[in-house]
Amino acid sequence: MTTREMTSHLEEALSRWEEQTLRPTLARLPERAAEFTTTSLRPIKRLYTPLDVQHLDFERDIGFPGEYPFTRGIHPTMYRGKLWTMRQFAGFGTAFDTNKRFKYLLEQGQTGLSVAFDLPTLMGLDSDHPLAEGEVGKCGVAVSSLEDMEVLFDGIPLEDVTTSMTINAPAAVIFAMYLVVAEKQGADWKKISGTIQNDILKEYIAQKEWIYPPAPSMRLIVDTIAFCTREVPRWHPISISGYHIREAGATALQELAFTLRDGIEYVEWCVRAGLDVDAFAPRLSFFFNCHNDFFEEIAKFRAARKVWARVMRERFGARDPRSWMCRFHTQTAGCSLTAQQPYNNVVRTTIQALAAVLGGTQSLHTNALDEALALPTEFTAMLALRTQQIIAHESGVVNTVDPLAGSYFVEALTNEMEQGCYEYFEKIDAMGGMIAAIERGFPQKEIQEAAYRYQQAVDRREKIIVGVNEYVLEKEPIEVPILYIDESVAEIQKERLRRLRAQRDNTRVRRTLEALKEAARGTENTMPYILECVRAYATLGEICDALKEVFGEYQEPPF
Amino acid sequence: MGERKIRVLIAKPGLDGHDRGAKVVARALRDAGMEVIYTGLRQTPEQIVTAALQEDVDVIGLSILSGAHMTLVPRVMQLLQEKGLQDVVVFVGGIIPQEDIPKLKALGVAEVFLPGTLLEQIVHVVRQSVKRSLQTSE
Repeated sequence: MTTREMTSHLEEALSRWEEQTLRPTLARLPERAAEFTTTSLRPIKRLYTPLDVQHLDFERDIGFPGEYPFTRGIHPTMYRGKLWTMRQFAGFGTAFDTNKRFKYLLEQGQTGLSVAFDLPTLMGLDSDHPLAEGEVGKCGVAVSSLEDMEVLFDGIPLEDVTTSMTINAPAAVIFAMYLVVAEKQGADWKKISGTIQNDILKEYIAQKEWIYPPAPSMRLIVDTIAFCTREVPRWHPISISGYHIREAGATALQELAFTLRDGIEYVEWCVRAGLDVDAFAPRLSFFFNCHNDFFEEIAKFRAARKVWARVMRERFGARDPRSWMCRFHTQTAGCSLTAQQPYNNVVRTTIQALAAVLGGTQSLHTNALDEALALPTEFTAMLALRTQQIIAHESGVVNTVDPLAGSYFVEALTNEMEQGCYEYFEKIDAMGGMIAAIERGFPQKEIQEAAYRYQQAVDRREKIIVGVNEYVLEKEPIEVPILYIDESVAEIQKERLRRLRAQRDNTRVRRTLEALKEAARGTENTMPYILECVRAYATLGEICDALKEVFGEYQEPPF
Repeated sequence: MGERKIRVLIAKPGLDGHDRGAKVVARALRDAGMEVIYTGLRQTPEQIVTAALQEDVDVIGLSILSGAHMTLVPRVMQLLQEKGLQDVVVFVGGIIPQEDIPKLKALGVAEVFLPGTLLEQIVHVVRQSVKRSLQTSE
């Protein structure tokens, strides 16, 4: 039979089924809703058949793991060779507090560190800045100088762990602090590995913790990427992040498309700065969210690899297969968790983590059940880690590569995601790229619209959230103990900073800051100058302020 | 006076940039017929109270997800007192531990909305509180 004959045969069979079997059933028992949609409000059909995937070619579109277009995974053996890295995001209070939590997590079998910084640090402000009041050590650990960084990694050999740091606007400075701690431990920069998030575009789009305007921010990012390719070759100098875009309310497709388009923007800037695409592309990494809608999320991850491979090979002409690979970290969706009946969150997180694993993630953070209330306690952090360990060792899903490939539904959805991405790319390209799109508020408005539509669906009970708009309890049956950060953290930090400023060589601090400003005004790579400031114990705030003098500050346009 | 729309200032004090909730709530209140002004990110308590005074609002909604609420909310409440704006109804929304809710209410906060609160509920509570506040002040 030819393909056309097969198709028409199937179409006939499907019509026959609809007529003879489906219709009488619907007449007797209508479906529960007129339309079924995903969490992102994407309509889903009743049934998927070979007709939905007939335009796909196995080798071209699905293929084999470890080979272009990597739909099935970036490694040929996936989790049979190596499990994903279990990397729980942690940080609170002082560097002393977080150092203790890191050691606890490593003892519990965690395989990589992930640092959460507090808001003043994320904004490039020292703990004693007036705007930092009430915020020190609350959402993460307070790091104002090299001294704090030394405490944070005390007793943790940096050649032996991989460390991910969620830091963006001041990423170059925090990275320099980490490198100097490594240097002082006697660790070889060529051997240390980890990731800095360093993704400013998604800050403008969603997370909104920016300092400088787009152009100088992009220059700092290009500087760190160029520096890493030469000096710290095993480091991932950027983690292009969809997580926050999704948390801000984007659909799965928007998360995917905006993140990958951000990736394109970074590659363009690096190439324009004279870097060879194959020299840095293998070190790019991504970070996605994993929400509740199981198959939509899995399709998103599979599409991410496929789209990125095509972009890198066709748009940028990368020749090294490692440049084509979309390697990514996943975090389960914080925004999906509820303050009501918080123990239900363990179940949500399990479903999400399973989708991330079936989607082929390289590393994973599972949220703790108290995420909608506060930072995790030691117990809830352990339970979140155990969730991953149970999936890895008890569920059996790791035994074969990409087990959902070939599902008519999953393949059709993967393809829809891929095509949806290209449509968004076209729109953003037509606007003149991602920065131009951000300046006119395009991704921001798309996300706001999606967030509002979703909330309306929840309000109208078209989307049921257990314990929130259905199965509600008048009184919470179990109280969840909360990790509480008090103001003593701020007091300790202020005192440490006062002492540091009194004891360090302030002439050297001034000299290194001046040299940095000079470099920032020119076109030299700023990293070596930032490293010198850090070695002199200039504080995070001082270094960021020096750059502010040269670069100015970003103001969000109103829309 | 029956013609006057309820005027609401949605404000984001503190350093966090999570504005999804603030924007969704602002839009819901607007769709419910209220006049809504959104301050934008990272406003100090002083800036918020000045805006409340200038905009002559009936309601302030403070959105905080950073954990700094016990520092920022008392300051906003104190400044409102000092400026004679004690009739303005204040709501707080965000990540707020249970044990802080009574403390915030003791400061004069009308209601605290946690994640998962339905928009219709926020609209309802805002309307009721403004009605009550107008009655007591008349």
